[in-house]
Amino acid sequence: MLYLVDFSVIKPDLGLIFWTTLIFLLFWFLIGKLAFKPIGEALKKRETDIQDALDEAAKARAEMENLNLENERLLAEARAERTKMLKEASDTKTEIINEAKDKAREEAKKMIENAKVEIENQKNAAIVEVKNKVGAMAIEIAEKVLKKELSSDNAQTGYVNQLVDDIKLN
Amino acid sequence: MDIRRLFTLVLLLLATIAFGQDHDHSDHDGHDHDAELQGDDHHKEGGFAGGHHDICTFHHEVTPENFSAQQIAFHHIADANVYSIGPLQLPLPAILWSKDGGLDFFLSSKFDFDRLGHGTGHNAHNRYIMDGGAIRRITDPSFPDGTVEIDGLKHKHETTEDGKDKEVTYVCYDGKEYRTDAESTLDGGMFGGGLTSFHDFSITKNVTAMIIVTLLMFLVFRHIAKKYKERDGKAPHGVQGFMEPIFLFIRDEVLVPFLGDKSDRYMPFIMSLFFFILALNLFGQVPFLGGANVTGSLSVTLVLAVLAFLVTNLSGKKDYWQHIFWMPGVPAWVKTILTPVEFLGVFIKPITLMLRLFANITAGHIVVIIFVSLIFIFGNVGTNIGGAIGGAIGSTVLTLFMMAIELLVAFIQAFVFAILTTSYIGAAVEEHHH
Repeated sequence: MLYLVDFSVIKPDLGLIFWTTLIFLLFWFLIGKLAFKPIGEALKKRETDIQDALDEAAKARAEMENLNLENERLLAEARAERTKMLKEASDTKTEIINEAKDKAREEAKKMIENAKVEIENQKNAAIVEVKNKVGAMAIEIAEKVLKKELSSDNAQTGYVNQLVDDIKLN
Repeated sequence: MDIRRLFTLVLLLLATIAFGQDHDHSDHDGHDHDAELQGDDHHKEGGFAGGHHDICTFHHEVTPENFSAQQIAFHHIADANVYSIGPLQLPLPAILWSKDGGLDFFLSSKFDFDRLGHGTGHNAHNRYIMDGGAIRRITDPSFPDGTVEIDGLKHKHETTEDGKDKEVTYVCYDGKEYRTDAESTLDGGMFGGGLTSFHDFSITKNVTAMIIVTLLMFLVFRHIAKKYKERDGKAPHGVQGFMEPIFLFIRDEVLVPFLGDKSDRYMPFIMSLFFFILALNLFGQVPFLGGANVTGSLSVTLVLAVLAFLVTNLSGKKDYWQHIFWMPGVPAWVKTILTPVEFLGVFIKPITLMLRLFANITAGHIVVIIFVSLIFIFGNVGTNIGGAIGGAIGSTVLTLFMMAIELLVAFIQAFVFAILTTSYIGAAVEEHHH
């Protein structure tokens, strides 16, 4: 026989039980405390970190989206403002032009009217002057004629009568 | 999860069948088995003339007649007081205690065994001898103490009181034969052991393997823990990256589903169980590295199961005990059936843990050794070269297949032990709301 036919592994052996207990308890306390615990904690911490980072990113993305919306809204508002301003400006322009036109027209009208009045006045003045001049000239002429013709009294009286008649006719 | 469970179940079944068959052989007369294999039957007890039983020797010639794959398998899965790396035998510290001899502490090289042999010592030391790697003690107190050169060993068949066949080693010294005892075991004679004249507290092959694995695991996991501190906020790297998925798998698939927010408290225990078992399962599978069958020793699985039992029941809440002794919401007559069943369950659960791991790993080792033995069986122990070549080819294929399965079993059994322990603890700490 080479070896004993002995299925020894099934027999609980006090020595092996003792050493296994000792070694496993050491394994449990040493590796459990010095390795498994810190590893578990590190993994948990990393998971929290990753979750936090993801949450943060999601938050940032949401914020970005909000910001974009806000920007768009502002842009739209600005665009509307611009259109409004342009329209207002154009309105103002038309108004100003129209006003100016009206004013100009009025002014022109006034000026024309003034001119007309002036012209009338001038005309009247001119007519008066002409009348005066003509009157003076007529008087002068009449004087001269009279001086010459009315050398006799008869003639003078006749002539005066004639004149008086004329004046009356006028 | 379901597929995984099914797979485990199938593997368990296969392993159990393999184990069961082998066990059957060992249960009848082991020699019928040999006779069957060798095709001759002059191996029976009576007709055994001129066999090795009658010669005192250290070197037993292996012949086609006495070759037994079962013996080889049982020898290789057994614990030993030498550490064998391939054919090389390294001495280990022996710590022995006997009632009459007290404590003995010495290196097993005192037995003067061959460095390239099978661990059979040429010396007796303080009445202890070494036979096939295992220390035995000469019962006769008249045998001289100290280191004594012996003439050889003899293996004799004896029938015990309960009618079981037993092999006993005798030491030949000074023309006389001295009977020896195997070390004490705690099976109470159930498996052929029992209390004898001495206890063996040696640093055996299994203990050495456990120390090596524990040191290795300590270094690896300390390194990883440090890496997590050093590389805080960085991606895992190297061995850290290798272990992390395994660690996370156990945490997320084993601990959290059963324990929820209490996971952290039991995490070191379950992780220790898982990695201790896994590392030893794998360590025992490396060829030419001792092949220590640690997790295939009932003593080891017993310790692990007892610890699982203690952790489970010491953390048992009021609800757990109530569910065992007085299940709420069940008619009284059912309780009379349920309570004994539940109470037995408290002990059956760790017992199944112990047996499952032990049977699976031992079965794996036995099957691998039997497959390797095919070379010798077909080669008729070196007398038939052609048969040996054929056996070697077949054996390589079968062993390769078996080792692949064993690799899987190593993981599955570690996982199953961890997940079942967690589920027992989970049931113990659960708080019910009725």
